[in-house]
Amino acid sequence: MTTTTAKPKSRSAPKAEPRTMSGAQMVVEALREQGVDALFGYPGGAVLPIYDALFGAPDIRHILVRHEQGAGHAAEGYARSTGRPGVALVTSGPGATNMVTPITDAMMDSIPMVVLCGQVPTHLIGTDAFQECDTTGITRSCSKHNYLVTDVNDLARVIHEAFLIATSGRPGPVVIDIPKDVQFATGTYVGKAGVHKPTYLPRTIPNADAIKATADLIMTAWRPVLYTGGGVINSGPRASALLRELQDVTGIPVTSTLMGLGAFPASHPDWLGMVGMHGSFEANNAMHDCDLMICLGARFDDRVTGRIDAFSPKSKKVHIDIDASSINKIVRVDIPVIGDCAETLDALLKELARRRGKRPDLAQWKREIAAWRGRNCFAYANSDTVIKPQHAVQRLYELTKGPDTFITTEVGQHQMWAAQFYHFEEPNHWMTSGGLGTMGYGLPAAVGVQTAHPDALVIDIAGEASIQMVMQEFSTAVQHNLPVKVFILNNEWMGMVRQWQELLHGERYSHSYSESLPDFVKLAEALGGYGIRCDSPAELDAKIMEMVNHDGPVLFDCRVEKAENCLPMIPSGSAHNEMILGEITGNEIDEAGKGLV
Amino acid sequence: MSDGSHDQPPGSPKSAYFLSHPDEEVERRTLAVLVDNEPGVLARVVGLFSGRGYNIDSLTVAEVDVGQHRSRITIVTQGTPHILEQIEAQLLRIVPVGEVIDITKSKRGIERELSLVKVAGTGEVRVEALRIAEIFRARVIDTTNESFIFELTGTSDKISQFIDLMRPLGLVEVSRTGVLSIKRGKEQG
Repeated sequence: MTTTTAKPKSRSAPKAEPRTMSGAQMVVEALREQGVDALFGYPGGAVLPIYDALFGAPDIRHILVRHEQGAGHAAEGYARSTGRPGVALVTSGPGATNMVTPITDAMMDSIPMVVLCGQVPTHLIGTDAFQECDTTGITRSCSKHNYLVTDVNDLARVIHEAFLIATSGRPGPVVIDIPKDVQFATGTYVGKAGVHKPTYLPRTIPNADAIKATADLIMTAWRPVLYTGGGVINSGPRASALLRELQDVTGIPVTSTLMGLGAFPASHPDWLGMVGMHGSFEANNAMHDCDLMICLGARFDDRVTGRIDAFSPKSKKVHIDIDASSINKIVRVDIPVIGDCAETLDALLKELARRRGKRPDLAQWKREIAAWRGRNCFAYANSDTVIKPQHAVQRLYELTKGPDTFITTEVGQHQMWAAQFYHFEEPNHWMTSGGLGTMGYGLPAAVGVQTAHPDALVIDIAGEASIQMVMQEFSTAVQHNLPVKVFILNNEWMGMVRQWQELLHGERYSHSYSESLPDFVKLAEALGGYGIRCDSPAELDAKIMEMVNHDGPVLFDCRVEKAENCLPMIPSGSAHNEMILGEITGNEIDEAGKGLV
Repeated sequence: MSDGSHDQPPGSPKSAYFLSHPDEEVERRTLAVLVDNEPGVLARVVGLFSGRGYNIDSLTVAEVDVGQHRSRITIVTQGTPHILEQIEAQLLRIVPVGEVIDITKSKRGIERELSLVKVAGTGEVRVEALRIAEIFRARVIDTTNESFIFELTGTSDKISQFIDLMRPLGLVEVSRTGVLSIKRGKEQG
């Protein structure tokens, strides 16, 4: 999304007749003016007036979810795959509290989202009325901003302001709580032109001296690395294009966080793969041994850094981020650059174009990287009799890759295997819950993606445990003709929990086994969809193609090896150059590391 | 800035992520936070401190510009320079926060606090309390035959000193506003 700040318009717009309408109509009108074409929601007592106004608004497609959490994640999927804000509409009380998880998820992953909540009438606020909760109080710390609208004449302005805040600067979720009497009341509609918030002025243009200093470092670095993140994707397609240009000009190898996959093409010879706990051996070793780290739109998350005091000890660090609070929060950097990724890359490229000197030859550095790559860290022992989960994702990738394929995931082992074995060439094609790690994200997110891209192939790579958190949303997909494919890597375990219990708790598998799983084929049929089961490597390809070719939602129950561990892995409390590559022995994590998550 | 501390072998860490910087000393800092006076703004600021585990030693808030709905929140906090830098950056992330002024670091900062101190007693201690109050230029704003209420304005240290002196003289109750701050000179902010 573009991150230019809206400046107050000084030109006087032609004075239109003031438009009076009900609060509920204002909501619909404001959404229309913001270009919203889809809305994910669930009706209830406190939003009935808005639903009544939607009844006469066929241009705004409403996707009826089965649980409000689904509406939130669907809005996130919509936003992540389009670059436009996702919008959700829910009722008061439980409607709002069920939205807390997706709001927090969007906050952690910087996803632009506007959540409209009904509230009890203003005169009942504070009386513990039926389905009342303190929505603004509850969502204050997990949203970028929130509003309780008590005057209908503020409503349109607040909605426009919410869209501005959600989509500019570091994007995030904005919650608007609208009491029922405000929805009924009549007031004056204001358009989005000129709406601004004087205290809210995100900085997008980087400091010129910081750009010069960054260029100086690039001109002298022998072992540079570009460490990119979700900020590149949030900045919009231009940022991904400029990243590719910067890489082309400098030859610097590129790695990315989980959230940034797709900003740089995985087919590129200088692509290192994902960094972090389950990232590639070459990416982590390059991060550890580099002499210049350019962090672009990432935030030194603990899944990325591992042990902080052993994090990239020999490098100069540049941190480019639109959010000043991300800089020096975890890792102290040499050059902080506050700005939008695209604007910063543009400035940096222009600065580099002015430099005449010769940059160091990166050939030696690339030879070292090639040696690490030669370790083939994602290798696994394949089998003729049982489907290995890695093999399943590999086959899925080979059979479905393309510019019109979008992948979402749940959270756990399958998510990491998807990140390791499914490769992306373009941004906005990979939707996953990175920061909050929300099991149950993937299916509703896929619903949102498919809503925005009706003709695309949308696949939720799932686990059998995660999918059960939200499986009712399969019914949403059926109702709205959204042909999402749910590809379940079914190992009957909460795989990542099982892996950590093996690693940390002496193989005492406390409550991580699913004793009674549903029959996913029958479940799909019961919900009006199509179910496929596969437990043989020989049949895998044919069944994946059957899934792809089925014109409707599919639950694919892929029975995989039960005890497979997700490797390589940086054990908690360890450094980038201390990855487990082959087998887990149980002695990898020291006492300090055991206390971590 | 990189300080080479990454090269050091780990000491006896409490966390394997080593987020604390043991080389840094905790400092006291007074911050003036200028905000849009909209509903919930104080909760946002206070919630930030509790949610991220920062300290608040004192907090004052009032609207200072009725026309523009601007309020000024003065917060006294403590932390290492690393934490204090984070506090400032996190405060600026809050949408209705317009400006954060570091009063302590500015060198031009003035801090004042107002306190109401109730002291009860008769005879010699009562006379002594009044005598000390005169030295501190405290005003008597209420009196009975057995008690005084003093109003005292000054730095927090001065007020604490006064309270310590009143303790053996029949101190009953204390009410303090918390720190207010402004910068010297003709400029704003």
